[in-house]
Amino acid sequence: MASLDRVVAPATTAAKTSAGRRRRSRSDAGYWLYLLPGAVLFLLVIGGPLLYTGYLSLTKWSGVGDPTFIGLDNYRELLTDDVFWTSFKNTVAMIIAMVVLPTLLGLVLAAALFDTIGRRFRPRTAAALRAAFYLPQVLPVVVAGIVWGWILRPDGALNGLLDAVGLGALGHDWLGDPNTALPAVMAVMIWVQLGYPVVVFMAALERVNPELYEAAEIDGAGWFRRFRAITLPQIRPETFVVGLTCTIAAMKVFGPIFALTRGGPENATNVPSYFAYYTFFKRLQVGYGSAISMVLTLIIVVVAVLFIRAQNRAERRDGVL
Amino acid sequence: MAITLTPPRPGRRPADRRHRGAGRWIVLLLVGAAALAMLVPFAFMLLNAFKSPGDYSTNGPMSWPGEFYTTGLRTYWEQVDFPVKLWNSILISGSVAVLAVVVSLLSAYALGIGRIRGRLWIIGLFLLANMLPQEALIYPLYHFAKEAGLYNTRLAVIIIFTVIQAAFGTYLLASVLGTFPRTLLEAAALDGAGRWRILWRVVLPNVRPTISVLLVFFFIWTWNEFLIPLVMLIDNQTQTVPVALASLQGDRLMDAPTTNAGALISLLPAILFFLIFQRTLSRGITAGADK
Repeated sequence: MASLDRVVAPATTAAKTSAGRRRRSRSDAGYWLYLLPGAVLFLLVIGGPLLYTGYLSLTKWSGVGDPTFIGLDNYRELLTDDVFWTSFKNTVAMIIAMVVLPTLLGLVLAAALFDTIGRRFRPRTAAALRAAFYLPQVLPVVVAGIVWGWILRPDGALNGLLDAVGLGALGHDWLGDPNTALPAVMAVMIWVQLGYPVVVFMAALERVNPELYEAAEIDGAGWFRRFRAITLPQIRPETFVVGLTCTIAAMKVFGPIFALTRGGPENATNVPSYFAYYTFFKRLQVGYGSAISMVLTLIIVVVAVLFIRAQNRAERRDGVL
Repeated sequence: MAITLTPPRPGRRPADRRHRGAGRWIVLLLVGAAALAMLVPFAFMLLNAFKSPGDYSTNGPMSWPGEFYTTGLRTYWEQVDFPVKLWNSILISGSVAVLAVVVSLLSAYALGIGRIRGRLWIIGLFLLANMLPQEALIYPLYHFAKEAGLYNTRLAVIIIFTVIQAAFGTYLLASVLGTFPRTLLEAAALDGAGRWRILWRVVLPNVRPTISVLLVFFFIWTWNEFLIPLVMLIDNQTQTVPVALASLQGDRLMDAPTTNAGALISLLPAILFFLIFQRTLSRGITAGADK
């Protein structure tokens, strides 16, 4: 999904510090008018549909005629649905591929680009390399899916490459084999995601006082010590932002799965988003699809709240606030 | 390999303390190799977009094209009616970018400047809207759009994404406006400016940089969206570029060279846009950080 490269500004902290600072004496009634268009549209497109999906999750409905109310039956059925559990197990794989590995690799790459290449070579060198890492982020994720889908085909470029270097025996239908499909999708997602942390972390490092590094260097601190003692603590706010936005993107991932595997083979790469889409529009089980969506929504909200609370705790501990 | 960004050769500056040591060359080599690896799929795509299907099936994906074959590109272009798709994408993304910025600015004015009661909850609600999986909205939206006669229209997609993007825009702009200098507002009020005038004459000029970042982001995000356009836009006259590419997949037509040609054509607008607005984009990425 495109939202994966969303950049979040720390609005909560900004709003909080200014909250009690000043009691407004003038009536704020006039300002409500400005909220009206946004609020009406919000209720129409987000609030209303979300509540309706919540209601539909308690019904049995094929999309035509009237929904039949069945209470929590859909949720009970989910608990014993193997596909549902597989899809959530695959979400963990997506979090590893879209959050954990890109963030770790991104940290090292950004530090290397900024600390070594940016300062020991021309800045343009670092900028060109950064652009190479960021390029996959700008193309529609479906296009990335289609290109990789072809690369991983039996007659695609990966097998061609293996042939060319004499490893043709390793050739494989990478996305067609249930054993390799998930790792292959994970590899594609790392490729798609890597540029985002690299760019955000490099931007973050730019606001770190360079004297910190120079002082550490004069004191004889090696690269790894500088990385641990300066880089990591300095860019922690950005690490939280990247972690939160990428985790949400990983839980919602749909486009790449649709383009690469449509959840197959044998559900090896199914994810909740695709499972819900398939249940809505292919199996025409609207109630059941709604239940899947509601569970996913709930998990995302819980994860987001935990993230934001952890961030606030960390900031308070550091005395930033 | 046409697209490769070979790193410019390091400068021949006089060697000072900071430019000594072999370690930096090893780092450059490793990071450079990783960057090249990122570009390999693009190189593969270019290499195979200009092959004939016969050439591909005899010589495979690694060979140099036997001739400069553009029929694949043309087939794709005509088969999907690419100019129509391009126009649909531009129309939808452009309208969404502008409308979402207007809605965000109005809401953020009430929340950030007006400081209306309960604003933290309202901002939280908007933020939530942005994090929701779109599956939790899609069926009711699909159903309502059908009832309202908006199914398979670009207008439906424009309205939906205006709201989704404005949810994020409101969150960002409200935080920017929360720190707006009160003295400016008070001075304008003393001069007799009403709220409407203050919004357009005082507030807007001051947040123009943030607004331009939002415009670019909204455009790109909407351009790349997939699920909602896939469900809402079903025929050739309304589909967007990514949906058109994906719905051809599995079609007889999509032999390997055509797949590559289609992917190449579909990503060109995105890359073009990225090159034009690269500065705005990197400003946007830092915008969140230095507040």
